[in-house]
Amino acid sequence: MKKRIRTLSVTALSITLPILGLSACVSVKEYQKSRINDADMELSARKSEKFEQNFYLYREGAAGANGGKSGGGCGCN
Amino acid sequence: MSVGLLLSLWRAGYAQQEKTSYETRKLKVKEVNLVSSYYQQDGNKSAVTGGIGTEKLSDYAQSIDLVLKATDQRHRQHTLAFDLNIDHYTSASSDRIDPLTVSSASRSDTHIYPSITWNIHDDVTRTTRGISFSYSTEYDYKSYGVNLNFVKASAGNNREISLKAGAFFDTWSVILPPELRPEGYGSGAEGDRDPIAYKPRNSYSAGLSLSQVINKRLQVLLTVEPAFQQGLLSTPFHRMYFKDGSETVERLPGSRLKLPIGFRLHYFLGDHVVLRTFYRYYIDDWGMQAHTINVETPVKLSSFASISPFYRYSHQTAVRYFAAYGQHAPTDRYYTSDYDISGFNSQFVGAGLRLAPPGGVLGVGHWQSAELRYGHYVRTTGMVANSLTLLVKLK
Repeated sequence: MKKRIRTLSVTALSITLPILGLSACVSVKEYQKSRINDADMELSARKSEKFEQNFYLYREGAAGANGGKSGGGCGCN
Repeated sequence: MSVGLLLSLWRAGYAQQEKTSYETRKLKVKEVNLVSSYYQQDGNKSAVTGGIGTEKLSDYAQSIDLVLKATDQRHRQHTLAFDLNIDHYTSASSDRIDPLTVSSASRSDTHIYPSITWNIHDDVTRTTRGISFSYSTEYDYKSYGVNLNFVKASAGNNREISLKAGAFFDTWSVILPPELRPEGYGSGAEGDRDPIAYKPRNSYSAGLSLSQVINKRLQVLLTVEPAFQQGLLSTPFHRMYFKDGSETVERLPGSRLKLPIGFRLHYFLGDHVVLRTFYRYYIDDWGMQAHTINVETPVKLSSFASISPFYRYSHQTAVRYFAAYGQHAPTDRYYTSDYDISGFNSQFVGAGLRLAPPGGVLGVGHWQSAELRYGHYVRTTGMVANSLTLLVKLK
């Protein structure tokens, strides 16, 4: 169990740390964000993907970290 | 005279204050989203019949979410979101839980799951705090959920950190296949007075997200969302057939620790194309690892129409308790023949068409946009599915 937790922690850190290094990014002003604020650029799943995310949750073993459901409902059929 | 002038000024000021207070408190409908979806699947490895048999299923889903917005006296923005979802499905495999009972567990069933979310955003502190409650009910399953979230943005709104925590408290009605029911154990069907067991399944999750605007065209998001489940994690009517021909129901450990890590990268290419990419790595303590990649490229055909082809690929390894029909030894501690947690590759391909004309769709001013989305899903286990979704947004 300890070994598994260690593996999970190392995996999480190895992905998180490089992202924290992004603090050196260019500062973008509000008036320069016409493209960043476009609806298609929104950093989340689309509303039209709502039910697709449910069937991924039920038909696949992996779940989470994609803005979909993480529990509540059996999906057993 | 001066007193009269003072009085009228005070009245004017009070009236102004009253007007301002009224305006800041007014609750307005921000948007309404209606989602309708049809999903159907077929395959020949149903867990209900031990990893063999039809997986045919169709599902009609409807969703309405209403978002209300208001500003309080401290100029904080309150958002209230009501979300109601209803699925109605028919499932051939569920019909085989108990072929002798017409009203068995769920040949067809309706799944209803409403939720309510309240968020408070403060521009001064650049923070958002929120809480949501959810409920879910279907024939043999009930769930109550609560979620908390906190978001803090950087001074230039180019970086955002988000924390969330959630819990779901679920209850199973333990419906067993008829040949495996102990003496006096009920079927779970309406009108059957023999008792059945109820078992809990609880899920706890935490989430950490960090988003960053890299430049005028590129932004990224990292999400780490560990989850822990405990209780009855096996499905009580999933049959199991051992090597020696004996039969039981699947048995899985009473807890599961999951760690999904997701990464999104969205890039605006030129003036008309957006590249939306998503990658997720997943690992859990049942021995499953998975990699999922999703690429979508919305192409803006005009100022109000866009088409979005997408492709999703997923690879997962089997949990260590999985084996096909008749492959488990009766001496195994845990066993399942559920292909949803077997090793496979899956692909989902399709496209969406979105219309958002300036005067509203079909000239209806409040009908802001319409989106139609179709996808075809294939799994290397032989399962095939199709999904069609219509999203209508009103403002």
